[in-house]
Amino acid sequence: MTATMSSGGTASAAGLHKPRPSRHRRGRDRSTPLSIIVWALALYFLLPLVWLAIASTKNTGDLFSTFGFWFGDSFALWDNIQSVFGYKDGIFGRWALNTLLYAGVSAVGASFLATMAGYGFAKYRFFGSNAMFSIVLGAIMIPLTALALPTYLLFSSAGLTNTVWAIIVPSLVSPFGVFLMRVYAADAVPDSLLEAARVDGAGELRTFVQVAFRLMVPGFITVLLFALVATWNNYFLPLIMLNSSDLYPLTVGLAQMQSAGTSGGGGEVLFSTVITGSFISIVPLIVAFLFLQRYWQSGLSAGSVKG
Amino acid sequence: MAVTTVSSADPPATRRSPGRAARRGHRGHPLAGFLFVVPFMVLFIAMILVPLGYAAYLSLFESKLIGGTSFVGLKNFAEALTDPAFLGGVGRMALFLVIQVPIMLGVALFLALAIDSGRTRAARSARLLAFMPYAVPGVVATLMWGYLYGPDFGPITQAFEAVGLQPPDLLGESSILGSMMNIVTWEYVGYNMIIMYAALRAIPTELYEAAAIDGASRIRIALSIKIPAIKPAIMLTVIFSVIGTFQLFNEPALLDAIAPVVITNGFTPNFYAYNVAFVNQDVNYAAAIAFLLGLVIAVMSYVVQLGSQRAERKVRR
Repeated sequence: MTATMSSGGTASAAGLHKPRPSRHRRGRDRSTPLSIIVWALALYFLLPLVWLAIASTKNTGDLFSTFGFWFGDSFALWDNIQSVFGYKDGIFGRWALNTLLYAGVSAVGASFLATMAGYGFAKYRFFGSNAMFSIVLGAIMIPLTALALPTYLLFSSAGLTNTVWAIIVPSLVSPFGVFLMRVYAADAVPDSLLEAARVDGAGELRTFVQVAFRLMVPGFITVLLFALVATWNNYFLPLIMLNSSDLYPLTVGLAQMQSAGTSGGGGEVLFSTVITGSFISIVPLIVAFLFLQRYWQSGLSAGSVKG
Repeated sequence: MAVTTVSSADPPATRRSPGRAARRGHRGHPLAGFLFVVPFMVLFIAMILVPLGYAAYLSLFESKLIGGTSFVGLKNFAEALTDPAFLGGVGRMALFLVIQVPIMLGVALFLALAIDSGRTRAARSARLLAFMPYAVPGVVATLMWGYLYGPDFGPITQAFEAVGLQPPDLLGESSILGSMMNIVTWEYVGYNMIIMYAALRAIPTELYEAAAIDGASRIRIALSIKIPAIKPAIMLTVIFSVIGTFQLFNEPALLDAIAPVVITNGFTPNFYAYNVAFVNQDVNYAAAIAFLLGLVIAVMSYVVQLGSQRAERKVRR
């Protein structure tokens, strides 16, 4: 990662504090061939989701007998939604709430921990700080799934598997978040401001809460979004940690529904139910993305240019 | 690797005038800094370093039904290195690395440059669409593509049948790896694009305004100014892709339900570690595999960095 760290800070500071105005006047200077290629690629990303949306309006009969990219004879979206939420006495709703709980608590917790640690590493010198940060940085490369197995065994011997803690506690640690926040804090929080606060007699904690944290909010939200997506999408950890389906998040629940559907055993599930369940589970995240997308960029321009 | 970051953030301490601030260190009280870091570090040690050590410890033992657990040294590692299932998985991931990662990052870079150039119509919407799959959980993406590939009601099969052609078997033995590459590409192009795009937006315009005035073409500007300027961001995406590739789990685990014959239990190394641990109940061997996998990733990341540095030196010379 050496190469990624060595570039200077001026570019990122520019990106951070004053976003560059659009440098092209509207309507001029557009290239049609370029637009066609870009939009062909955009369709590649969109079409599978369009298919999913259309398929969730069909009953199983139409799913097999009508073309995938057009509506069927029936409009069964409402029936499908009912059968998703009616599956096994409404366990789907339970899974959705679990996902909200796991992702929400983990993401908020992980971002606060990362923000505090990043600020501490960026603005203070203390015994072992460089060594500690190097170890955290090295941990970005550790495949988290390689850790899931020993973590499972440790939790298992402590009797903590099959609890919400088994999902939340491991998800609170985000080495990449600490790295991002360290870079962000170094840029966004001027030392002179901290000094001024100290001269005014503010304690270190108060300086952090009232002065520094406000300046770090965009970076904080970026880390929050990353952590949110990581936990929301996590499949491996809950798969091995949990065995009662009451505690499953949506990912594990949907996978279980799918295998019940394909195996054709006793708990058979209709294709249309799995498809509609998948569709319902991605709607909230996509909506959140559309509203929060500018934060990805603002926090990342600090993190990626420098690091 | 941390050295440069640490030094780049150093404020010019020498310029400070002496006084109370200097005595205390302008960075504030060291203990305060330590306390800010402690909550994270405690969890970091408990959730990363301890499990890592525990995996290393476990990997040195062997459990047998008769005879119990005994210390076997590096035997598990030696076994893994000759285990065709493990090596097969690593080989498949190496293929992923040389085929899928360049395609994914190439498309991401192209999109980032095209959208940043301001020459694409409705670029903002295109950017959003490309980023949207990142919001879709890997589990849902795999389920969805599994249906799209499927022979029963997959639209690809339907389209081929509509024009009277033999539909391709996208879940067959020869095509499953390619089908998986497509799923991963679909999921992560947008994520990589956003990292590159954010870096592009942060390039000061002066850097290439002069070149534009001198009459350099846009492609020329992209190749000789923009891409070199965002090289750190590109390197970041390469390293994340290396790590992500060797960790693939969701895709084989879910495709296993619809293509059980072609997805062997060692299809990816991570899927193999899972199967060894939870199906074969051999945690010691699984720990050795997980550890080896971490080692492979560390080595690959290191090779990637080294290669890029060497290439850079060549250019400078």
